[in-house]
Amino acid sequence: MSDEDGEKPHLLTVNNLTVEYWARRGKIRAVEDVSFSLDKGETLGVVGESGSGKSTLGLSLIHLVPYPGRIVNGTILLEGQDVLKLGKEKTRDLRGRRISYVFQDPMTSLNPVERIDSHFVELIRTHEPKATKAEATTRAKKLFKDVGIQPDRINDYPHQLSGGMRQRVMIALALALDPSIVIADEPTTALDVIVQAKILDLLKTLQDRYGMALILITHDLSIVLERSDKIIVMYAGRIVERASSSTLYAQTLHPYSQGLLKSIPNIELAEQKLTAIGGSPPDLLHPPTGCRFWPRCPYVMEICKIKEPPLLETSSDHLVRCYLYRGEKAS
Amino acid sequence: MLPVQGRKSKLNESEIVRVEHLKKYFPVEKGFLERLLTRTRKFVKAVDDVSFSVLKGEVFTLAGESGCGKSTTGKLIVRLMPPTSGKIYFNQTDITRLQREQLRTIRPKLQIIFQDPYASLNPRMKIGQAVGHPLEIHGLAKGAEEKQRVNEILQRVGLTPPEQFTNLYPYQISGGQRQRVAMARSLILDPEFIVADEPVSMIDVSLRTTIIDLMLDLRRDLDLTYLFITHDLAIAKYISDRIAIMYLGKIVEMGEKHEVFSNPLHPYTQALMSAIPVPNPERKRTAIELKGEVPSAIDIPRGCRFNPRCPYVEARCKVEPELMAVKPGHLVACYRIEN
Amino acid sequence: MLSSILPGLSTLVKRGLAGWLIVIGAILVVVIVVMTAISPWIVPYNPTEIPSSPKILAPPSTQHFFGTNDLGQDLFSRVLSGGGVMLQVSILSVIVCLAIGVPLGLFASYAGGATDRVVGLVMDSIYAFPGLVLAIAIAAMLGRGVVNMALSIAVVYIPSYFRVIRSQVLSIKEMSYIEAANAVGAKNRTILTRYILPNIVPSIVVVATVNFADAILTAAGLTFIGLGVPVTIPDWGQDLTSGQRLLTSGAWWAITFPGIMIILLALGFTLMGEGLSELLNPRLEQ
Repeated sequence: MSDEDGEKPHLLTVNNLTVEYWARRGKIRAVEDVSFSLDKGETLGVVGESGSGKSTLGLSLIHLVPYPGRIVNGTILLEGQDVLKLGKEKTRDLRGRRISYVFQDPMTSLNPVERIDSHFVELIRTHEPKATKAEATTRAKKLFKDVGIQPDRINDYPHQLSGGMRQRVMIALALALDPSIVIADEPTTALDVIVQAKILDLLKTLQDRYGMALILITHDLSIVLERSDKIIVMYAGRIVERASSSTLYAQTLHPYSQGLLKSIPNIELAEQKLTAIGGSPPDLLHPPTGCRFWPRCPYVMEICKIKEPPLLETSSDHLVRCYLYRGEKAS
Repeated sequence: MLPVQGRKSKLNESEIVRVEHLKKYFPVEKGFLERLLTRTRKFVKAVDDVSFSVLKGEVFTLAGESGCGKSTTGKLIVRLMPPTSGKIYFNQTDITRLQREQLRTIRPKLQIIFQDPYASLNPRMKIGQAVGHPLEIHGLAKGAEEKQRVNEILQRVGLTPPEQFTNLYPYQISGGQRQRVAMARSLILDPEFIVADEPVSMIDVSLRTTIIDLMLDLRRDLDLTYLFITHDLAIAKYISDRIAIMYLGKIVEMGEKHEVFSNPLHPYTQALMSAIPVPNPERKRTAIELKGEVPSAIDIPRGCRFNPRCPYVEARCKVEPELMAVKPGHLVACYRIEN
Repeated sequence: MLSSILPGLSTLVKRGLAGWLIVIGAILVVVIVVMTAISPWIVPYNPTEIPSSPKILAPPSTQHFFGTNDLGQDLFSRVLSGGGVMLQVSILSVIVCLAIGVPLGLFASYAGGATDRVVGLVMDSIYAFPGLVLAIAIAAMLGRGVVNMALSIAVVYIPSYFRVIRSQVLSIKEMSYIEAANAVGAKNRTILTRYILPNIVPSIVVVATVNFADAILTAAGLTFIGLGVPVTIPDWGQDLTSGQRLLTSGAWWAITFPGIMIILLALGFTLMGEGLSELLNPRLEQ
């Protein structure tokens, strides 16, 4: 990663992250050699479909990859400290306080037998044992105001809230300890489109107010193009393209990214001809040799089938993993 | 075989399906004590007076957020459940109150594709059996002839070579392939009308267009008509000829696709369209803010059911508006169009 | 046949612990079945004949591997041939349960409504009784013998089948592929037999294996209190009963060996059941 030389350090720097899952039938490389950085206040979009490894990537950042997965290589530097090398105590401290995670499904992420306020109390007091129940509840109510829920709902049980409200509660929980980074894993999949928009707008408002960085993990390219500063496109565990969102929109270089963009309907276009990406999602147990995408690539060349392309730099903020751009220097 | 009862109505011959004032109320289960103490029954008014018709050969979309009643409407049309009230006409025949046996003769023509490709196939039936079973049920083919028709239809939906698939179980093929199998199963009976209930929402984004384009090709080749149900307005725009937007059990706007998308008139439609993400970082977001959330279908607001959230609510909204024509073919249930 | 069994076994074993459980359990059961079946040809002594010059209560020796009982009968021969009753009772009870419990469970829970409520009520009432007590009561009414024992066990066990089937049917009933079957016009009967039943077979199998194990132990219990088979048939349960009396005389062998066999047979079925339920449940790991 040469573009980091001589710049001020980033809030988060991930280098060569590789995560494997050991299944009965074999080994799967869910994430392979992923590197990127994130600055204060930035929004990073991680976009990919099934098998891309994006969720595994998110969980790795808080060192929470479920068994039988293991992080086998790489460093995750949060403000200079390697997250993966922290001891148990410090790792627990990290989660929720320095990096928080908003899980995908608001329906099942809250404990159904606990009232909302006890979720907050438990969270806050785990990290700040000196805080009293009253203090924690007051802070929770303030967060409720931030996320747009009436404070008196704090005494409700999760099932008394709608899906959109539950997601807001999750976001409030994620913000309770003032983290520097919030990771939102498919924050909108279980929600209707109007609520989706509200939640995403909310995240932006809170970002502006509190200055936290946001990582949006989603399969929805429209969302990341609209709302992130920079984007990572993942396929079969690798980064295939990385750029700022305006650059990516103007110059979609990787055939997968192009295919993805051409396959999603754009409501603002009058007539649209959509094209799908041929083939099927990658088989991570038996990945193709060479470039993981070649069986579906319309521009495949012989070399693609033999050797995996490295990440090539086409401009200072644009990386592509594709031999079509062979003339560029390797990153 | 019982004759199909029903009066032929004097309706438009090109309407393949027509629903009139369709309602489906689900009773809310109450506890023993509650039943003793209270008199009133509560209902989930999933579909609350819906009327529209689908013309032969078109793709008619029912769009809306979850809980608006679109899926229930689709299932009512294919008579998977009886409506609480209202009428359903198929090819000008009243099929509303037909019983199970009478429906069997019609079923081949009215088919449905479900949302979840993982749940809509019997895990214990091989693909070939699953697709051929409808033929056996209706006594249309057996043995070698059945096999041949199964292979034909599998090829048509893009599963080639078909022999590669007939002996597999659903868990051995991908989600997209399963959806194609589900389509094959619906098509083998030579239907005229297909309800597609969110057929691509559980499929990878980059593969959705293959299924959608397949559906459009099949419409052309097999003379089909679709009722397409979705919450994704972007896909709706791509595939529909006409579209109806539903909110809390009622249609709030309906019309030709281009008309509704370029000129949405109902405040809900406008809010919905402004909320859809657009793959363009340069786009300036002008999302319309809606107050509150969708109310429960048990306690539907009085008057216009959208009024608690509507930015333009006024006095006359106390009376629920009917669908009114702004221009021929574009109907809106909102008093503002009278201005 | 062996050549097709061995690959089957090896795939089972590859499945890890669950596979091993099934294999070990199956081996136990098969060995016992075979042993009982060929016992007429391999017994060193006649298991039911009372010898004219009995060697009463002789401890285990080279002549009598498991010793003799108070009638001078060779216990090794009795152990070899005594499994028959237990096996017959358990197999018969499982057959009755399947024949009655499965259709009942299927129809009642598919039909829903009042039918489901009423049948469920009956089943729950039976289920509420302590099993052994109920079995004893019914066996006492019906009398002795293999068939009656099997029937009383079956009555006690049918509610378990019903419950398991009911919960499965209720969850399957809501699945889209059932709706799809309705949409293509399948008759209710077809839906039950070709769409629902094949999907609940795994759970039925699990209940059946537990049924087997339980039946064996219950049969032993029934025999113990005198509701078993006539003395002329060699039976572990019998030996258990008489062996218990002989313990005070210091003849530990009279109860131990039949007891071990009962445990092994029940264990065999239990292991199979455990292994099967392990196998059939985490199918979700796909």
